[in-house]
Amino acid sequence: MADAGRAIEAVWRIESARLIAGLARLVGDVGLAEDLAQDALVAALDTWPAAGVPENPGAWLMATAKNRAIDRLRRQAVHGRKLEELGRETGAIFALERSEFEAAVDDEVGDDLLALIFTCCHPLLPREARVALTLRLLGGLTTAEIARAFLAREATVAQRLVRAKRTLREAGVPFEVPRAAELAERLPSVLEVIYLVFNEGYSASAGEDWVRPALCEEALRLGRILAELAPQEPEVHGLVALLELQASRLRARRGPGGEAVLLANQDRSRWDPLLIVRGRRALERAEALPGPLGPYGLQAAIAACHARAVGPEETDWVRIAALYDALGQLLPSPVVRLNQAVAVGMAFGAKAGLELVAAIEDEPALAGYHLLPSVRGDLLAKLGRTEEAAAEFRRAAAMTDNAAERDLLLGRAERA
Amino acid sequence: MRFMMFMYPEITEEEWQPDAEAFAAMGRYNEELRKAGMLLSLDGLHPPAEGGVVTFRGGDASITDGPFAEAKEVVGGYWLIQARSLEEALEWASRCPGENCRIEVRRVFELEDFPEELREAAAGV
Repeated sequence: MADAGRAIEAVWRIESARLIAGLARLVGDVGLAEDLAQDALVAALDTWPAAGVPENPGAWLMATAKNRAIDRLRRQAVHGRKLEELGRETGAIFALERSEFEAAVDDEVGDDLLALIFTCCHPLLPREARVALTLRLLGGLTTAEIARAFLAREATVAQRLVRAKRTLREAGVPFEVPRAAELAERLPSVLEVIYLVFNEGYSASAGEDWVRPALCEEALRLGRILAELAPQEPEVHGLVALLELQASRLRARRGPGGEAVLLANQDRSRWDPLLIVRGRRALERAEALPGPLGPYGLQAAIAACHARAVGPEETDWVRIAALYDALGQLLPSPVVRLNQAVAVGMAFGAKAGLELVAAIEDEPALAGYHLLPSVRGDLLAKLGRTEEAAAEFRRAAAMTDNAAERDLLLGRAERA
Repeated sequence: MRFMMFMYPEITEEEWQPDAEAFAAMGRYNEELRKAGMLLSLDGLHPPAEGGVVTFRGGDASITDGPFAEAKEVVGGYWLIQARSLEEALEWASRCPGENCRIEVRRVFELEDFPEELREAAAGV
């Protein structure tokens, strides 16, 4: 029975997104679609352990959900509803009944899934709600799992989900894939959600609840699905490339004390060659499409430069500096400029790097950011200005919360 | 989590006469894995007659030409997938349009599965 439960859970994980997407197209509401899908899951848990998992579990779940939907909507229709609602519901009943006779074709399944992604990531919803709804409806995660993954209270996440679904319903957001111009406008919101999910997993440290590091895999999965559904969008491939390449360094990103290990100091033998290959391939797909690379594509191109290099010295820093320059123009951010300064320092000498750092050192966004003095210390040390370098490392050490990182910086201060 | 799905055809090389339809069905299955964001890589393997074996007796390596095993014990191909549980990987394996074959599903070791000193030894630190 326990095994049957786990097998059903696995089927659910595989089928739920498509099921919810297909139902949402018929009933026009993701909240209702989710309830109906849940009804079908309950029915599966009732019958499958004894009868076995059906040959085509996806079709079984869909047929069951549709029947429940028709029952439910008819019942509601009987209980005197507003005329407008009644019209909508009889429309849904009609759509459901008619759909019994039409198997959804492949393209439609893809469109439904894409519509579900865009609906979950609708700009009308606050960011945390978009993330929670995406993980719930597309990832098949339970509310409890989402709460654990984001270190939030379960009740908070539950409320966030309820509110998000209500917002979509009340605003009458249509369940559809946005058209050309609108798609371009709404795509960044989708990509942002996937990147946020990934980063949450990336920031998890060893020994944490497995749900958190698993977020990286979930983000990758969502990104790859999106790349198959919207292959004409270069930034989708750019994001996938970035995620694959960043994930390739997951095993090297932390030291034994759990401290973050900077890229230059990472043990490159721990980088995952399969993910590097996959990342480079995704980047090639982005580059093959018309138009210049977007912010994700550029970051992926930078990551690919690092992935290609045997070590920090063998890295193509001139190209990385140029890529950061392009990125800074699309994404004006002092952190991007700081990274550019590091690359320029490597490519054209510490003096050139320091000049760039000087241009951003008063940015309020960098106040308290320990990597600013740390980078400056590094560049000063290279110029032989050891006392100034030591002072910068000590300043950086005072700014970080991580003990291992602090020790590292204080060590550098002493050696400088 | 990563899982390796090894395909063992339970027929001999001579009996293996795939038609276009079987190929197309396998293509659709692979496409489905890809669309689900699960597929990391896959390959089919030439028969053992075109391969060879390196055997170690003690520390000495010796090379034998193929074929080298019972047909049933020969891997015909593999998929490397990302899945969220063994059950999910098994469910995907059971959706393969296979005929007269078996698919063995094995979880791939992650670096984290080893103690720190072995990880360092593997990295050559």
